[in-house]
Amino acid sequence: MSSALIRVHLPTHLRALARVDGEVELDIDGEATTQAVLDALEDRFPQLRGTIRDQSTGKRRAFVRFFACEEDLSHQTSDTPLPTPVAEGREPLLIVGAMAGG
Amino acid sequence: MSGVRVLVGTRKGAFVLTADGARQDWDVSGPHFAGWELYHLKGSPADPDRLYASQSSGWFGQLVQRSDDGGRTWEPVGNKFDYDGVPGTHQWYDGTPHPWEFARVWHLEPSLTDPDTVYAGVEDAALFRTTDGGQHWHELSGLRDHDTGPSWQPGAGGLCLHTIMLHPSDPERIFVAISAAGAFRSDDAGKTWLPINRGLQSEGIPDPDAEVGHCVHNLAMHPARPDVLFMQKHWDVMRSDDAGGVWREISGNLPTDFGFPIDVHAHEPDTIYVVPIKSDSEHFPLDGKLQVWRSRTGGDEWEALTNGLPQSNCYVNVLRDAMAVDSLDQCGVYFGTSGGQVYASTDSGDSWAPIVRDLPPVLSVEVQTLP
Repeated sequence: MSSALIRVHLPTHLRALARVDGEVELDIDGEATTQAVLDALEDRFPQLRGTIRDQSTGKRRAFVRFFACEEDLSHQTSDTPLPTPVAEGREPLLIVGAMAGG
Repeated sequence: MSGVRVLVGTRKGAFVLTADGARQDWDVSGPHFAGWELYHLKGSPADPDRLYASQSSGWFGQLVQRSDDGGRTWEPVGNKFDYDGVPGTHQWYDGTPHPWEFARVWHLEPSLTDPDTVYAGVEDAALFRTTDGGQHWHELSGLRDHDTGPSWQPGAGGLCLHTIMLHPSDPERIFVAISAAGAFRSDDAGKTWLPINRGLQSEGIPDPDAEVGHCVHNLAMHPARPDVLFMQKHWDVMRSDDAGGVWREISGNLPTDFGFPIDVHAHEPDTIYVVPIKSDSEHFPLDGKLQVWRSRTGGDEWEALTNGLPQSNCYVNVLRDAMAVDSLDQCGVYFGTSGGQVYASTDSGDSWAPIVRDLPPVLSVEVQTLP
């Protein structure tokens, strides 16, 4: 099992909710996947539960996107390994509110 | 000296407006939760420093916030609203079955006696309750499980449970209203429910006097006379003298009986307020004149209240939860508009002045009368 420090960039509203500035760094035990990152993120910031994915089904909210290394990872299954630069902490995982009016 | 605290929910945040009993000089704090939709905020009658707020966003879903210091600081509490059991379906706009899906909390109604107990009316229509200050929410599923549930259809704003009224002395009795299913009453603390829509006539549904299917916009009650209910329906202002057993129309001389909010004077159970809106396709006042209409006879006879309100080129709307009254000796009346104004009257509606003019579109207004 590897251990990595994952950098996560949250959208403005979720940074305010989590009361953090800038990126969040998360220790992930085992393989770095979106599910593992979100599990760790919600463990540290319980107030984010339900804002990125449904609390019961785990399904990503429709207007939330996961970007990294200039790729859209949103449609990958949540247990897909994150790109190596993200897993090694060289690039952040971007959690983004989709562009949609308002 | 006593005072008031006005809780304003808007499309882009919450605002807390406070004043002493004279209600002339206002302190405005906010936006709280900037950028989020605040469908409703309400304080506990049992502890005025305990506030609850429904915070939501199309991106990030539903949150519930709680304040224990009158709105100075807030903490998120539980936001898991799971329907009880297998939710089944209601009717979609096209008449096909549609799974019940949680969208947001429209209305929060704190218990009259326990600051930790709150009812939440949600879309898709259901009633939830917390008894631990908002940490956990449980559905009172007897409402959605009513025999008529699968036939409920959304109104234009969604299938939302938007109105909750708690009986002032009988904790078993609860009233709710759903667009577009109608009004319902429970006499056993929410276990079972009775549709209370007899006397309603709605031309927009196949059977105009059906048991359910009516687009009830808002209900109001005076605590001293809890069997008398007032209703602003999609069209028609209605009254029941037997806790919803049967309704009669009291629109009387209103210039239009379409509208959203209805409220009752704090000290005069027969004095009621509505804001007539031109029509269901033109959600603005008649002739560009913003007018509150007041009846001092429990309906049928109405008078326009215009002093201090714009009487030309005004095309705002006033939503169902955006009117409230305080209980100071000189009853204050408040309402917010889609144009971001919050108007207050300190003389039961005879005259009005804006507290604020340029907020985001106002979704809800509640008032706390402070000792």
